[in-house]
Parts: sequence; structure tokens; C-alpha cells
Amino acid sequence: MSVSVRIPTILRTYTNGAAEVSGEGATLREVLEKLDADFPGIGARILDETGKIRRFVNVYVGEEDVRFADNLDTATPSGAQISIIPAVAGG
Amino acid sequence: MALASTETTTSPLRAGDARDGDFGPAVALSCRECGARSPLGPDFACTECFGPLEIAYEFPKVTREEIAAGPANIWRYRALLPVPADVAAKRNMAPGWTRLVKADNLARELGLRSLHVKDDSGNPTHSFKDRVVAIAVEAARNFGFHTLSCSSTGNLAGAVTAAAARAGLDACVFIPSDLEQAKIVMASVYGGRLVAIDGSYDDVNRFCSELIGDELGDRWGFVNVNLRPYYAEGSKTLAFEIAEQLGWRLPDQIIVPVASGSQLTKIDKGFKELVALGLVEDRPYKIFAAQAEGCSPVSAAYKAGHDVIRPVKPDTIAKSLAIGNPADGPYVLDIARRTGGAVEDVTDAEIVDAIRLLARTEGVFAETAGGVTVGVLRKLVAEGRLDPDAETVVLNTGEGLKTLDAVADQARPTAVIRPSLDAFRAALA
Repeated sequence: MSVSVRIPTILRTYTNGAAEVSGEGATLREVLEKLDADFPGIGARILDETGKIRRFVNVYVGEEDVRFADNLDTATPSGAQISIIPAVAGG
Repeated sequence: MALASTETTTSPLRAGDARDGDFGPAVALSCRECGARSPLGPDFACTECFGPLEIAYEFPKVTREEIAAGPANIWRYRALLPVPADVAAKRNMAPGWTRLVKADNLARELGLRSLHVKDDSGNPTHSFKDRVVAIAVEAARNFGFHTLSCSSTGNLAGAVTAAAARAGLDACVFIPSDLEQAKIVMASVYGGRLVAIDGSYDDVNRFCSELIGDELGDRWGFVNVNLRPYYAEGSKTLAFEIAEQLGWRLPDQIIVPVASGSQLTKIDKGFKELVALGLVEDRPYKIFAAQAEGCSPVSAAYKAGHDVIRPVKPDTIAKSLAIGNPADGPYVLDIARRTGGAVEDVTDAEIVDAIRLLARTEGVFAETAGGVTVGVLRKLVAEGRLDPDAETVVLNTGEGLKTLDAVADQARPTAVIRPSLDAFRAALA
């Protein structure tokens, strides 16, 4: 399944400056595995040493925060847009 | 302490013009997760681990007398903030030094020996946000940003547009479209662009995080995103003021509202800095975190014994605290547990009751966030989880006039009569 992945500024050193790259996979886990294969090292920035999404990273499939869905097992249908965003405070 | 810039104009410097001394005693950015250090810049997330960045300092020797001789605003603490030494002479909102109300009536009603209300509704735009924005404005000037921006639950948007107007910067702020009318008016009246987004605060925050990586947001200072390490330091001044106003003493117990959790973590940091600098005696204090039940992800994690936060979709009248995915939530858990405090939540009905209780006993009209802290205070006392003999401080971070709808149904004329003594006598009966 072809998807697009939006890359935050601090990870664009891995993507040669690209803000958006294409990806493949039926689940978020597969998409991130393919992303790391294409851009070696980027996966370890998004996932911690236990393989979970780092606690200060938010990942969205479409409009949905994957923590409200199935985390890494969230389905990524063809054409989906995945956004990786550092958590920030507000108010 | 390094020499400060003599810059006093309202024009932002050109990008890259930040100079030694513009950030006062601040020396670097430091990751709160992995400790990696990076130069002072408009960055908010660690390139190693995505952890939040905060300011690292080399503080000068500071005395109580030097602070007390400073202006009656947050700049009396400028030696402890990432701002130039001459910051008080610049065009900014000069917030802070709000009153610490000795709340004997409320203490008596609740059965407490000593209670104070730190009433931050007295700030220029009537919430604590003026403190944090004032620091962010200085950072924006240093980095040469031309536009000041933010994602906001309401109070911040008004604080940003007002501060930008005074500093001579452009403003473009983003809010959820369902905010209280007073906050929309406050955010709009100072000029700049106010953009309402059809979604929750968390949607707005996400939008801003994406905007920051886009050319549309080029050279914009998002006070709570790319300027967040600087901005957040402003909340330390609440801790500094409370300690100074208590006679250079830390309170035993403090109740702090939690939205993102940033304010609570910085109050803890402020207390620790005062101790480290020898400005107050090192004694234990307990920090209690307060949330609304309709948006209580930190409270839920605390009660479940978790150290991670599961985001929620907010549904509460306490819109200024309606952040379902609080970035500093894990740190709030750490601090509440480390200090022997707690995280608790109250229902919307309890929030309204608490707003009325504070108004009725102390003449302080709080916004819903103040209802949350006073409501949690009352709940903790009733459940025996707060020491009634210990010196306690509760925060009111905003003005009741901004959230009139919350109490409008219950705050009404007790009678409507003809202008006659007989009618009044009948109404009294």
C-alpha cells in the first residue's frame, strides 16, 4: 500500500531535506520499517529501544492520533497520509 | 554575568543576529530526557530523542536585596531568566508581581490554618500567560522573528496578540473555534490575525507543529512551540513571587492547574533554583496537580499508577485546561510523586461551585481553571489528603470575566422588583 509520510524538521537530515516522502506498508509498523530501510537510522529516532513510539513523538494516520487507534498496528490504507510530529506543550 | 545587549528598539533583529548576552544567564539548551546539550536557538525538541529542551544556566550570585530593589514585575527576577539585563527598559507587557491574597475566610470554611491565593488574573491580559509570553518575546527579538504566533486554548492567544502589539511584531494566532466569546474578543482586539480552527486544541497544536516546518511559517516565533524552552521559563516567576511574598519561604503545599503541565514543572524548577541559590531555606514542599474530570489524562495516569499518559478527547467547561495530550504530563506525574503531592480532578459542577466559593469568601472571581484548583483543594482537604496545619497556596491563573458562561446560570439577581420599599420588603420575606 502506498502512503505518504510527513517528516518533521528535525528528522529531515535523514531524508535529504524532504518534508514528505512516500512509504509502503499495511500497518504503521510496516511503514516505519520501510522508512528506516529507505532512510537508515530514522526509525530509532521515532521508536525507543523497546520498539514503542517514543513518548515525546506523536504519530497520526490521517487525522487520527495512533494512540487513539491501534498504535503501531494501526492500519495504513493506500493513499493515507502519515504525520510524525514532536509533542509540544501549549495553553 | 555576561554583558547584555543595549538593543531598545521595537524592530526585530535580523535572523542570526542573536549575540552573547542577549539571553542573560542562559548558556545552552538541554534535553530533559537524555541530557544532550545544544546551542541556544529556536528549537524545542532534542535531535537525539525528541525529548523536550529546556534552558541551562550559569547563574550569577543573586541576593534578596537585589531582587527586592527591582521593578514590581517579573523583571525583578531577570538574573534568573533567559533575558537581557536591560529587559525592563524594552517594550513589553511587564507582567507579574500579582497579589498573593491571604485567604482567611476560605481557609476557615475549609478548615485550613493558613491559605493564600496567588491571583494571576491581575496580569495585563488577565491570565498567567503574560509571564511566559514576555520571555518568548525577548527570544523572538533575539532570533529575528517578525511574527509572533501560538496555538492556544484562549488565554495565550490574547497574551500573544497584546504582547506583539506592544513589541511592534506581527501576530498570527490559532485557536479552536468553540472558545468562550470573551477569549475570542481578547485575542482579536489587539490586532494581528486570529485564526479559528475547526477542531480541538490538540488539532490546533498539531496544525501549528506542521506549519512550523513549512515556508508559510518561516521566521515565525511560535511562543509555545519553537520558543517553548524560553516561554516556559516565565512560569518560574510564579514560584519566585510566591516565595518572596511569603517572606522568602517556600509554601508547604501548593495546588497548580494542569493543562500541558508546563507551568507545574516550572514552578517546581523555580523552587529548586531558589534553594540552589540560597535565597530560601531548603525544606520539603508538596505539589498537587489539578485537572477537570472532563480532561484528566494526567490524573487518570496518576490514579492508575502509570508513568505514561494516554491522551483523551476533552469535554469540560475548563477550556483553558482542555489539552487532551499534555506534553509535560509525564513530568507532572514525576513531580507529584517525588514531592509527596497528588494529581486529582473535579467535575464541571464542582468547578462552578468552587468558583462561587472563592468569590463568596475572598472576593476573587476566578476563571474555570481557578475553579479547578480551588475545587481540587476542597476535595483534597475533605479526603484528608492535605495537611490542614501546613502553609498552603492555591493558584488562580485567570480572570472570571473570561468564562462568564460557566456561572451565568447561577449568578443572577436574587429578585427583580418594582422600585418600591414594599416590593423590596416582600422580596426579603
